Amino acid sequence: MTSHHAHAPSDPKIAARRRLRPERTLPAAPLAAGPRAEKPLPDPSDWTFELIESYHEKIRAAAHRYALDTYPNQLEVITAEQMMDAYASVGMPVNYRHWSYGKEFIANERSYRRGQMGLAYEIVINSDPCISYLMEENTTAMQALVIAHAAYGHNSFFKGNYLFRLWTDASSIIDYLVYARNYISECEEKHGMQAVEDILDSCHALQNYGVDRYHRPSKISLAEEMQRRSERLAYAQTQVNDIWRTLPRRVERPGEADEAKRFPSEPQENILYFIEKNAPLLEPWQREVVRIVRKIAQYFYPQRQTQVMNEGWATFWHHLLLNTLYDEGHLTDGVMIEWLKSHTNVIFQPPVGHRAYSGLNPYALGFAMYTDIRRICENPTDEDRDWFPNLAGTPWLPALHHAMRNFKDESFIGQYLSPKVIRDLRLFAIMDDEHQEHLRVSAIHDTQGYREVREALSKQYDLASREPDIQVWSVNLRGDRSLTLRHTRHNNRPLHDGANEVLKHVARLWGFGVNLESVDQWGDVSSHWSIAAPEDATH
Amino acid sequence: MLQQIIDRRLAGKNKSIGNRERFLRRYQGQLREAVRKAVDQRGIRDIEKGEDIHLPKRDIREPSFGHGPGGAREIVHPGNQEYVRGDHIERPQGGSGSGSGSGQAGDSGEGEDDFVFHLTKEEFMQIFFDDLALPRMMRTQIAEAPELKSHRAGYSNQGTPSNLSVIRSMRGAISRRVAIGAGSRAELVELEARLAEMPAILDAAQELAKKELELQIAALRARLDRIPYIDPIDLRFRNRVRMPVPTAKAVMFCLMDVSGSMDEARKDLSKRFFILLYLFLTRHYEKIDIVFIRHHTQAQEVDEENFFRARETGGTVVSSALVLMDEIIKERYSPSDWNIYAAQASDGDNWHHDSGRCRELLTESILPKCRYFAYVQVADEEQNLWEEYSRLQEVQKHFAMRKVTQASQIYPVFRDLFKAEGVAA
Repeated sequence: MTSHHAHAPSDPKIAARRRLRPERTLPAAPLAAGPRAEKPLPDPSDWTFELIESYHEKIRAAAHRYALDTYPNQLEVITAEQMMDAYASVGMPVNYRHWSYGKEFIANERSYRRGQMGLAYEIVINSDPCISYLMEENTTAMQALVIAHAAYGHNSFFKGNYLFRLWTDASSIIDYLVYARNYISECEEKHGMQAVEDILDSCHALQNYGVDRYHRPSKISLAEEMQRRSERLAYAQTQVNDIWRTLPRRVERPGEADEAKRFPSEPQENILYFIEKNAPLLEPWQREVVRIVRKIAQYFYPQRQTQVMNEGWATFWHHLLLNTLYDEGHLTDGVMIEWLKSHTNVIFQPPVGHRAYSGLNPYALGFAMYTDIRRICENPTDEDRDWFPNLAGTPWLPALHHAMRNFKDESFIGQYLSPKVIRDLRLFAIMDDEHQEHLRVSAIHDTQGYREVREALSKQYDLASREPDIQVWSVNLRGDRSLTLRHTRHNNRPLHDGANEVLKHVARLWGFGVNLESVDQWGDVSSHWSIAAPEDATH
Repeated sequence: MLQQIIDRRLAGKNKSIGNRERFLRRYQGQLREAVRKAVDQRGIRDIEKGEDIHLPKRDIREPSFGHGPGGAREIVHPGNQEYVRGDHIERPQGGSGSGSGSGQAGDSGEGEDDFVFHLTKEEFMQIFFDDLALPRMMRTQIAEAPELKSHRAGYSNQGTPSNLSVIRSMRGAISRRVAIGAGSRAELVELEARLAEMPAILDAAQELAKKELELQIAALRARLDRIPYIDPIDLRFRNRVRMPVPTAKAVMFCLMDVSGSMDEARKDLSKRFFILLYLFLTRHYEKIDIVFIRHHTQAQEVDEENFFRARETGGTVVSSALVLMDEIIKERYSPSDWNIYAAQASDGDNWHHDSGRCRELLTESILPKCRYFAYVQVADEEQNLWEEYSRLQEVQKHFAMRKVTQASQIYPVFRDLFKAEGVAA
């Protein structure tokens, strides 16, 4: 339960054992509530700190009964301007300085001032303690909604979902960001703003390729980072030189030239990691900057893969928790109507062709799916028994927690998208093939189409199909030291024109020429980009 | 398990200011261009306003790898109304491959919009001076006019009786009395207690002891009474110091030649020079008046619009402007109340009999009243006006003259004029 974090043993071994424990035992049903409240919590539209605290207390108690396991909560009241500040630095309370965050801030500020954009009611940070921002402008009812949504919904997701558990370390992220900010500003002082900006720009262009997709990264620990940094920097530099040490001898014996020794021996998916470790001309501080961008990208990687699950989970829980409080007599009708209105807006899914339509709304889809999982458990139909034999009729609370903990969007949809949700949302798939003159409706919400729609939607959320698959293919060790990246086409989809610009950034980091080959499904190189070595390489 | 609720509202906003600075720094080139254009369209007084800046969106895009149109992809949409499996749909406008309908069309429509944002006044000025290679505005080059004003400055133990601070003095007296009398009073209390404890009927020895006690008590009382109620060391006087204050009033005379020989480029040079001067003075003085005088053969006081826009042809009599300036000074700006500055811009073309008169006018009536007089010639040829003024420069300390033929020279000349030759107070 929530309390067991507070008593967490300080011995790291015990803590580690606890972390590895596969699943907590969950009650089959929510714990019983106390007696009905005699009178509801007061509901003036202006909140006070006491009021927030009393709403929080009720929500906390309800969340406890539903076995939501969370990091300790830290609620922070902020102004709209501070919210925009947080927006600008990717939602984090601290971050290093970069012009692109300034651009973001300016754009947000302008559209906010002109009333084109409402601000999010909340931002929540995957940290321990979990920080949730409450906006000053929110009414009491909205603060209650935000607390239920962020401080219990998102928070329990961060703590429970396997991707977050494996890939992020909530307890050290803030420290790491502070370290990153200080390090970057030290670099700016030492090496000049322009030099730092150049490196950061290049790293940002590759930040989606600074992630280990398949093998688990070591967690960021500030203490270790600090301790090891200097030795690592020195050591890395000698390693890099090592790669090139064989150069003169090779030149002396040209007979051997054809016998290509591959480097790297296998393609590398983490381009930034490869650059950090192997780029020949980077200075130690530049390597550290690459590493910082890479580590932060890694931290956000789970969030990009669990949009539907995360937002759906938070929405499901604010809905259930606040309804529970109402049933127990804690909330007035006014508060209910106010948050329900906001809830309805959040889960609104405009149909295709509607002028507000911009793709599937992750809140709507996720909320529908979690709600449906509960329905399948509690009131299964024959269809559900057929589709979800292991789910239908089982206790809903453990089933829901299981679904939250062990999946990402792709697999969650593949596993749990039910015919009923497909029907309710009237989902249909359209095939767009460049070889066909027309778009073709490939599946709709009928018996024939359920599985196809589900599969198509699951793939749609697969990061690997959303982002082009580009890996480090080889380095020309004997010749011009050029780096070759390889794009493996998914469904024969080509890269867009921005690729050339990104390659310039790769070349800046690599210090020598860079090639990019796009390989189609038959293994043939169908297009090719090439960037010459930058003229004033790094120095 | 609420750790805490923290009120962050008062903690720093504008956390993004560093990011904003970096953004501005990155697009300095474009900003400079925009600022230059803005300046050309502005009145001289509006120069300090902020400005909306437009940057083409494609210039500020951050590149990343992504999929382009083409290939095959399947997309799931919600809200099916009419379609069944196998239906064919026309591709939406906007090329092959944009299968997601309205969403994409909207995106590409917005794609070419400009990125618009507002530069604040300070940022605008910084970029403006940046353009002229100005690192920082020099703030203290013209010495402040020596006018003194007296200010309260705490208390002192010396002063005239009229400045005596009764409350402060009495407060000091009380604490002194308390401090000095503390030991005696404690003793007195103790002795009195002992006296009170003595039994009513006393033997001889006790009687003696009581006498002794009473004597001691009387001595202590006398000592306490001798502590003065107020002592000269208690006295505190309100202290006042005289601080120099900058003179609040200044007037700048802008004298510009608008004769036929002054073309737009030359006027632009003059305008830029006047803008700098204006900003320099407004940062130095609370209030500044500007008198615009333009002249060809006759001088005229005009508003700024006419000063810069109107164009007249004709010969040139520079002295007409100086005469008018002198009249205006006599009429409205007494040199004892006003800091008088003048800047004159001309291409140096003058009716040849007039230049000597100009020199006389300056020497006899204008320069003695001015704190500083700067002459800028926006042409290269040295004609008789330049020669006459050159003679003046040798004898008059607060007269300076320079030549400017390109915009890039204005700031160096400006700094040279106001730094090296800064007027003595």
